[in-house]
Amino acid sequence: MLSIKNLHASIEGTPILRGINLEIKAGEVHAIMGPNGSGKSTLASVLAGREEYEVTEGEVLFQGKDLLELAPEERAREGVFLAFQYPVEIPGVSSTNFLRTAVNQVREHRGLEPLDAVKFLSLMKEKMKLVEIDQKLLSRALNEGFSGGEKKRNEIFQMAMLEPKLSILDETDSGLDIDALKVVSNGVNQLKSPENATIVVTHYQRLLDYIVPDFVHVLYKGQIVKSGTKDLALELEEKGYDWIKEEVESKATV
Amino acid sequence: MSKDNQILEEFTSKEYEHGWSVNYEADEAPAGLNEDIIRWISVKKEEPQWLLEWRLKAFKTWQSMIEPEWANVHYPKINLQALKYYSAPKQSKKPKSLNELDPELLAIYERLGISLNEQKRLQGIAVDAVLDSVSVATTFKDTLSKLGIVFCSFSEAVKEHPELVKKYLGSVVPMTDNYYAALNSAVFSDGSFCYIPKGVRCPMELSTYFRINAANTGQFERTLIVAEDESYVSYLEGCTAPQRDENQLHAAVVEIYAGAHAEVKYSTVQNWFPGDKNGKGGIYNFVTKRGICAGDYSKISWTQVETGSAVTWKYPSCILKGDNSIGEFYSVAVTNNYQQADTGTKMIHIGKNTKSRIVSKGISAGKSQNSYRGQVQVMKRATNARNFSQCDSLLMGDRCGAHTFPYIDINNPTAKVEHEATTSKIGEDQIFYCNQRGIATEDAVALIVNGYAKEVLNQLPMEFAVEAQKLLALTLEGSVG
Repeated sequence: MLSIKNLHASIEGTPILRGINLEIKAGEVHAIMGPNGSGKSTLASVLAGREEYEVTEGEVLFQGKDLLELAPEERAREGVFLAFQYPVEIPGVSSTNFLRTAVNQVREHRGLEPLDAVKFLSLMKEKMKLVEIDQKLLSRALNEGFSGGEKKRNEIFQMAMLEPKLSILDETDSGLDIDALKVVSNGVNQLKSPENATIVVTHYQRLLDYIVPDFVHVLYKGQIVKSGTKDLALELEEKGYDWIKEEVESKATV
Repeated sequence: MSKDNQILEEFTSKEYEHGWSVNYEADEAPAGLNEDIIRWISVKKEEPQWLLEWRLKAFKTWQSMIEPEWANVHYPKINLQALKYYSAPKQSKKPKSLNELDPELLAIYERLGISLNEQKRLQGIAVDAVLDSVSVATTFKDTLSKLGIVFCSFSEAVKEHPELVKKYLGSVVPMTDNYYAALNSAVFSDGSFCYIPKGVRCPMELSTYFRINAANTGQFERTLIVAEDESYVSYLEGCTAPQRDENQLHAAVVEIYAGAHAEVKYSTVQNWFPGDKNGKGGIYNFVTKRGICAGDYSKISWTQVETGSAVTWKYPSCILKGDNSIGEFYSVAVTNNYQQADTGTKMIHIGKNTKSRIVSKGISAGKSQNSYRGQVQVMKRATNARNFSQCDSLLMGDRCGAHTFPYIDINNPTAKVEHEATTSKIGEDQIFYCNQRGIATEDAVALIVNGYAKEVLNQLPMEFAVEAQKLLALTLEGSVG
């Protein structure tokens, strides 16, 4: 589904990603871990098409298409979804209105009829259950005055509404208490299917107790320096990142 | 250059949609401004002597006044002698009904999306259409007259209801009020007149569409709305003009009188030609709008959506004379490219327990300058006066300006006056967030801007609100890409 080859990206001339290689197939969950500043969020942003980042080398194919050629909204319509680490507030625009615009633009791209108000609301009702989100929250201005947990829940709710092929969760666990974490994870797990894939970007192993990954990759200094199964995450939890850093440094000096 | 700027640049390329003109045969005054021209207009309109004298007096006053320069707008001096002060589409005889109206005139309004015939039958909105200087048609007159409501062109009111016109003309905006109001009083050619008798609730929206069509013509219309005690009316005004290289002058006067327990809601969607991308052409919109809450418990509410004009100079105001009267001002002013707007309101509290509310939302894009100028004045006698003002500015890009000039003048210690102001920028982050959900950038901007202006748009009657939303999006189209 997603094939990243030798991806290099920089911001304002400073290289952040230095040759990422990653293959993701439908039905898989990949966790990207790593210490602060290793480039985890940059990878998520580059995939979603944030323009401050300049791709200097490499290619990304998404379902056979050159992802890097597409505008952010085209990537979204093709089925790439990014759950933001810091969801943005849009005053005066209700979540409902926002989502209806989004859902119908995505549907149009996929050759489907726009949903009328009644159908849209019934779809919303159905998806609301997944993340136990309150309808009142959705009639309020998007993310304005939402608590950290409400914002993250709203991200997963939007994901449910848009039915993406590839979901990228950028530090979705940050700022969540354990109950909210369970609710959000539960939502993500229910949305999992053999047709879609998920990338979970996280600093902590905790989230991976709930969203169980098929593969875990460690990002350090803009490269994937180690890949493994769920056990790797546990090992990191136990030992921290230092041993990986040491491993990398020693290789570099050889 | 950041993405914001780049986006903004691309978004400013959208052209003005109503920029066509029609070659109809016009009956015009020669260019120039002097007593003879004023007499010429008065004769042309078959006016009574008192009105001619009123005009001449206004002209004398105007001659002694100087053009105001305190507004935060800059433009070359207008050569008032080069303008024509009267232009009327030529009709062989006065039409008795819409069916007799020149089809070419009807076609003009159809292109504006205002089908007079359609309106008449379907929408239940009474329309008075003013082209250049004269009113060409008023719909629904029969239905309204059964209730005693008068809704007609100003010229017709002068002929058929001279006592009402004489009583209220200049009573809220005196001819001596300011430079442009005096000019308007001298040369005004037509406009709308509306009278709601005591205790009558007007069953439909009354609406006037103004369009400047002729070249080198100033449009000086006059609107007078009188709501007697315990009456209610909602009045809409729409404006467009063709796209021309030269600047055109529009100096209107609107007067509203509200008796005890009467309520007048006045909504404008102003879409005069703003000039092209390089700031060439466009309308100079110098308008005086004022209402008086003359009776106790009366209410006047102004809602304006200002998207057009090269230069806007406009302060719809309320004189709160009656005890417990209420004045409201809701405004969205959008400026793009080289547009300049200096707009706001005055709330003058005279009566006891008077309340006013000001919600102003400015949106600046391109290289435009957008100023809010407001005055809240509480007079000695106005015990327990209340005012709440909110002035927000939204900036798009870093080459535009937003300015706020609030004046507060309190002469009674019981007054409570609140002022809130915010300035924000449409963020790259907000746009990216929308993009990431599949929303195209232009739709994202429209969504964000409409969200920002929602409190004001909610005040508009339904159909007008939809039109205003589209207009906002259109005005800003091309500023973010």
